[in-house]
Amino acid sequence: MFGKLTWDAIPWHDPIIMITGAIVAFGGLVLLGLITYFGKWKYLWTEWLTSVDHKKIGAMYFIMGLIMLLRGFADAIMMRTQQAMAANDAAGYLPPHHYDQIFTAHGVIMIFFVATPFILGLMNVIVPLQIGARDVAFPFVNSLSFWLSAVGAALVMVSMFVGDFAATGWVAYPPLSELGYSPTVGVDYYIWSLQISGIGTTLTGINFIVTILRMRAPSMKLMQMPVFTWTALITNILIVAVFPVLTATLALLAADRYLDMHFFTNELGGNAMMYINLIWIWGHPEVYILILPCFGAFSEIIATFSRKPLFGYASMVYATSSIGVLSFFVWLHHFFTMGSGANVNAFFGIMTTIISIPTGVKLFNWLFTMYRGRIRFHSTVLWTIGFMVTFAVGGMTGVLLAIPGADFVLHNSLFLVAHFHNVIIGGVVFGCLAGMTFWFPKVFGFTLNEFWGKVSFWCWLVGYWLAFTPLYILGFRGMTRRMNHYDIPGWQPYLVVALVGAIIIGMGILALIIQLVVSIRDREKNRDLTGDPWDARSLEWSTTSPAPFYNFAHVPEITSLEQHWDDKISGRAGVKPLHYEDIHMPRNTAAGVLISGFSLILCFALVWHMWAIALISLAATIGTFIHRSYNRDVDYWVPAAEVARLESNRYPEKQEA
Amino acid sequence: MNKTLRLIVAGTCVPLLLSLSGCTVELLDPKGQIGMQEKDLILIALGVMLLVVIPVIILTLFFAWKYRESNTSATYAPTWAHSNRIEIVIWAIPCLIVLGLAGLIWVSTHQLDPYRPIASKTPPLEVQVVALNWKWLFIYPEYGIATVNQLEIPVDRPVAFKLTAESIMNSFFIPQLGSQVYAMAGMQTQLHLIANHEGIYPGRSAAFSGPGFSDMHFDTITVSPQAFSAWVAQAQSSPVVLDDKTYAALAAPSIQTQPTVYGRVSPGLFLSVVNHYMPARSMAGMDDKDNDLFMSEASMCGPSKSSEDKN
Repeated sequence: MFGKLTWDAIPWHDPIIMITGAIVAFGGLVLLGLITYFGKWKYLWTEWLTSVDHKKIGAMYFIMGLIMLLRGFADAIMMRTQQAMAANDAAGYLPPHHYDQIFTAHGVIMIFFVATPFILGLMNVIVPLQIGARDVAFPFVNSLSFWLSAVGAALVMVSMFVGDFAATGWVAYPPLSELGYSPTVGVDYYIWSLQISGIGTTLTGINFIVTILRMRAPSMKLMQMPVFTWTALITNILIVAVFPVLTATLALLAADRYLDMHFFTNELGGNAMMYINLIWIWGHPEVYILILPCFGAFSEIIATFSRKPLFGYASMVYATSSIGVLSFFVWLHHFFTMGSGANVNAFFGIMTTIISIPTGVKLFNWLFTMYRGRIRFHSTVLWTIGFMVTFAVGGMTGVLLAIPGADFVLHNSLFLVAHFHNVIIGGVVFGCLAGMTFWFPKVFGFTLNEFWGKVSFWCWLVGYWLAFTPLYILGFRGMTRRMNHYDIPGWQPYLVVALVGAIIIGMGILALIIQLVVSIRDREKNRDLTGDPWDARSLEWSTTSPAPFYNFAHVPEITSLEQHWDDKISGRAGVKPLHYEDIHMPRNTAAGVLISGFSLILCFALVWHMWAIALISLAATIGTFIHRSYNRDVDYWVPAAEVARLESNRYPEKQEA
Repeated sequence: MNKTLRLIVAGTCVPLLLSLSGCTVELLDPKGQIGMQEKDLILIALGVMLLVVIPVIILTLFFAWKYRESNTSATYAPTWAHSNRIEIVIWAIPCLIVLGLAGLIWVSTHQLDPYRPIASKTPPLEVQVVALNWKWLFIYPEYGIATVNQLEIPVDRPVAFKLTAESIMNSFFIPQLGSQVYAMAGMQTQLHLIANHEGIYPGRSAAFSGPGFSDMHFDTITVSPQAFSAWVAQAQSSPVVLDDKTYAALAAPSIQTQPTVYGRVSPGLFLSVVNHYMPARSMAGMDDKDNDLFMSEASMCGPSKSSEDKN
């Protein structure tokens, strides 16, 4: 019945885990208690958990990303502390098996359960609003996608307290990740959490491609789409193209571990190099999946706050599209040192440097958007300028690593670690936090506190440089990644500085939390009555803040690239329509939560080889899905009179503001 | 061109790095020809890219400051969003840089191919490397000796490494000598390095391989040819023998940073490690020629690869 699961699976002997577990359990109970005390269960269930509103789903993605950011950051600070201590082959405070799980979990969490939810959250909030749609193409699937991602995150969290997590590095190279060398359930948790959240991400990809191609306001041409929507389109095409590769690769690894197959084993003709190729055929486009929407967010922000249209819109679109295509031809640069011939290495090296062309063009475009503008130093602009400076360096070190001859000595070193944190923190994190600040009022109706936003930015910027410059240097000093302890005492001072940097980043995260708390406290003061708090340019700012659940009372008429800006100039914006129409909307559904709940049980049962439970929960998962498919009552009409009532508050408010 | 670039870079990066460290920066202080070429490559590439990156950073900060909202004397062009001339320039600059880098990549990748033997009057010393969990085994087939976690090599003589792994993948890396290459089970990879200065250079695994990974470090002791011969003679007198039985004991997972020297090694041990995942029939009663047929070359390179690169 319980497969491999016994009481021994809980790490009773490890005080760090048990104390963390106690705190998490206590915090969870307090939260549940508070919800019950305030009688908010019904509200939570009907307004949020079962919601198919893309704005609320986007917000939930962000909440999940922020929670997982805390976990991923806790891992980071533990690693930095361990490495700051463990010089001269000292043991430090984390034994290898625990430390190895921490760096694996850190990578998995930060990529799959922080960066990815942030990106999906941004796209959820913005895309339908920018294209004048009322929701995404498949609202139920959208809800399901979110909850499947949440299941993945939940599995990673459960692995901390029941069993263990993979101790293989975040891409789980075989043969180390094979049963022979990783016999515990750690890699199984890894496989199933990525599989389930990967399905969610793939579904999102399909959903948003269809949404962008088919749900635009009828008069919106492709070259009239705001640049963020363009980046979202390319990102989702990449998702649909590469996430199935991840699913297939992990399925083969699972077959090795569960069915005694030999795809990647040493024995019986398996070949680990195949896995390494496959995982990076997914892995490299994945980093562009993360960065492209951030490029989009920066484009919107810099244009808005420079009070100018984005420079070189067409260039931007072509640059984004070509990055999308090129990202498929570079994966081998992750393993130049595997013994490929010089021709192969040189090809992939050159392809990788070619990607820096469109990326460089983007940087210049932002530069020339600022040129002859009137720049307001809002916190989102600070994030953008911080990004441009930081990312220029990160891009440069990336091209350096793309040169095989340089990579032969920098591969797998802390220089590499510094490089990808440079682009992921400097690009993705800065972009998502800037995007969160920028679009927050569109979902919640009030703006975020500027002071704490700026404190957070400076902590992140200073902390990043302090934490990762030493790692760049350590790469040049020959220190490789993932070391639990090291024999060279000269490395220690750098690692101490890096720890200080990480602590400053921690203060940035703290400032972010304070920012959210203070902003919620002062929400009445910061309410956005105009719907357009930044004097912005694209369509989402033409509706109220928060946007009504149907987004737009009338499907907008599109005549130009910067519709809202042009409407403001010509005086067409904010004019009360003469009459309203009925609006067709999707109904909320519990199916997404239920299917995901069953699939959580399914994955947990698969991890622990509880076959009976696995079968039952699989049947329940599929059964619920089929049941939902036969449900014809999935939509309703909001009567015109109701729309008129909801919209009536809007126009007087606008005049006051 | 080459020289000026190097000067630019030396003027900017190197003092910065050195001032922060106060001691040797291994990759900038290489001790062998391959490492030196790689250092030059890194500095040239960095120099070329900094020619764009530094102006971009300065322009970003300058534009942000100059076009701040409060500076009403700066020109404001509220509708300006397109200029063919600027767009041609901003596409052309990265294209030119990449064109230069592409040439550099093509040439340097072929020059620095780890499989390419190093031209030298002295014939290369062959060292067979086995990545074990979690230690390094070095076999000197020429002398019939082997060491664990200690690599003794003569100065100025190319070393031809052949690498494999007992089970988990590792990456064989001596930072001050240059390139690293993966060591993978059931396969053989190659690496050619040379040390041009006597000294002791730390080496380690660069690819994570499990709980004992951090302890997979060894010293590369580079000595004069005479001292090397003396060391070989001394090693050969060691009574410790590495045969199939002692190898099996050594291959069992353990953390062993203490160096060991084996006076005798059973011939063909390395090949048998490379081939030990092959079906049993291919192992029995084969001479060396047959063995070669069953030895898989790593990765995507065809069988003709190494001969091609000798030219």
